[in-house]
Amino acid sequence: MAPPFGSFRMLRFILNKLALIVPTVIGITIASFSFIRLLPGDPILAMAGQHGVTPERYEILKEQFGFNLPIWQQYLNYVWGLLNGNFGVSLSTKRPVIVDFLSLFPATIELALFAMIIAVLLGIPAGIFAAIKRGSWFDQSIMGIALAGYSMPIFWWGLLLIIFFSGYLGWTPVSGRIALQYFFPSVTGFMLIDSLLAGKPDAFVSAVRHLILPSVVLGTIPLAVIARQTRSAMLEVLGEDYVRTARAKGLSPRRVVGLHAFRNALIPVVTTIGLQVGLLMAGAILTETIFSWPGIGKWMIDSISKRDYIAVQSGLLLIALIVMAVNLLVDLLYAVINPRIRVQ
Amino acid sequence: MAESALDGPRAIRFAALRDFWYYFSVNRGAVLGLVVFLLLILIAIFAPLIAPFPPELQFRDSIRTPPSWLAGGKPQFLIGTDEVGRDILSRLIHGARYSLFIGFFVVLGAMLVGVTLGLVAGYFRGWVDALIMRIMDIILAFPSLLLALVLVAILGPGLFNAMLAIALVLQPHFARLTRAAVMSEKNREYVTSARLAGARHLRVMFVTILPNCLGPLIVQATLSFSNAILEAAALGFLGMGAQPPTPEWGTMLARAREFITSAWWIVTWPGVAILVTVLAINLIGDGLRDALDPKLKRS
Repeated sequence: MAPPFGSFRMLRFILNKLALIVPTVIGITIASFSFIRLLPGDPILAMAGQHGVTPERYEILKEQFGFNLPIWQQYLNYVWGLLNGNFGVSLSTKRPVIVDFLSLFPATIELALFAMIIAVLLGIPAGIFAAIKRGSWFDQSIMGIALAGYSMPIFWWGLLLIIFFSGYLGWTPVSGRIALQYFFPSVTGFMLIDSLLAGKPDAFVSAVRHLILPSVVLGTIPLAVIARQTRSAMLEVLGEDYVRTARAKGLSPRRVVGLHAFRNALIPVVTTIGLQVGLLMAGAILTETIFSWPGIGKWMIDSISKRDYIAVQSGLLLIALIVMAVNLLVDLLYAVINPRIRVQ
Repeated sequence: MAESALDGPRAIRFAALRDFWYYFSVNRGAVLGLVVFLLLILIAIFAPLIAPFPPELQFRDSIRTPPSWLAGGKPQFLIGTDEVGRDILSRLIHGARYSLFIGFFVVLGAMLVGVTLGLVAGYFRGWVDALIMRIMDIILAFPSLLLALVLVAILGPGLFNAMLAIALVLQPHFARLTRAAVMSEKNREYVTSARLAGARHLRVMFVTILPNCLGPLIVQATLSFSNAILEAAALGFLGMGAQPPTPEWGTMLARAREFITSAWWIVTWPGVAILVTVLAINLIGDGLRDALDPKLKRS
């Protein structure tokens, strides 16, 4: 086996992928640049909201935002600012948007990561067993549940879980990341890690209890998608010649499934997992709103309702760039693990 | 099969339809989905006749009445009343109109735009193709709900604007699918012969090529239908879609969070309606995919 990045072809594949995303990145910056200028009426008045501004303040703001320059120059200034890490100053918190974003981002990652862990740990085995027992009642009920999960309005699902687990059983808290009595320094931004670093196991437990319901809610659709994708990938692979050969050789069913079938079925499954990132960000908006989870999704919703359009603009840009970067990584990973692309 | 030459095409079309129905009806889930969906359409059409009360009629003496089978329930309010005393069942029945209306028009709009763009891109290739597809890439780079939210922030909250935003977010999928199908069909003999016969570009695109790309588009349309309903409900829930007192299912949930401990029925039923509708449509979608995909038929 050749080393994954050793071949010239691999390098060319990567460069090709990178070249393809350049226009998309430019397009994303144009989209976020246009956002403020597309707001109905005057952008400054729109940002000022109902209170309005005095004429003098208006001129100052106009100059400050550069709205008096020609549009192409405004765009170039905008991109130049982005390249220097200037994402603007939030109208509501008066802090640089990037500071707000980075301080809230770990909360979203923590949530999304746990959602994905739940989805993968349950979805892959469910899909494998459904494929092995194809047509059985087990297969049919798993796929029925998966389709229901896939069809789930997750904002409602979250409310239902709160009613049952928080309201009726009283097992889990309703909102937030951790109970208010715990204080410890934020080192990584991840509650689970920080609470352990601070040596507070009870805080850790509290953080876990807060994390469970939102992760289940956010993980529901990815779980359904992964289970369905794993099943169909397994079914495809189980019909291949090499699996039949392995069976004919007299290998145990477990070895056939685990060693020969699953490893090959994994390729499309990994791609599916990677492609859930965009979905997770959309889901995070709803999940974080329901559970008052202080992450990027809730921040975006709050910024929209507070008319903090600078925050919305940069949030839009950063989220799109992050989703795109992850999708690019998935593409590359796909090429690395898939021998068919590697040799092409 | 002995057929006269004149009967040929019609007989083939009929046979194809019969084949399709055979493969579709084998899938019990798909048939169930279809039945539920047809019922929903009937409910939506006859909503004013079926619903016990007008959707916005408030019974001030019956605020937050539990479902009729619980203690404190009233027989005339079968599944309870909401926070201002409106009959939830009546609101759900009227809400079916909104969800189906949203699904239908969003898919129609997304399809018209997406299919046209995909046809043009796949047919002409070159810079037109590059331009169109890069724009589609950019739209797809944003998480759909986020983009829809931001568009609604620009356009202003409301049902129509939400539908517009969702249609815009969903149409790149149609464009991509159509483009891929057109590119694989474009160099077939029947297309060349149509062109040699003097057919114009528009005719070749819409009359010759498009009907042969319909399979995947129909499946995508079903998927988009359920997605549109879900996203519109999510926007309504976030206060950016249909505005109260519209009995849209998502909008009905917008204030539901306040009642999670006191009145679970206000929270539960609108979501059940959304889930059942979306599930029915997705069941149909699965059935359509299996019936229209020749590769899966054999296995």
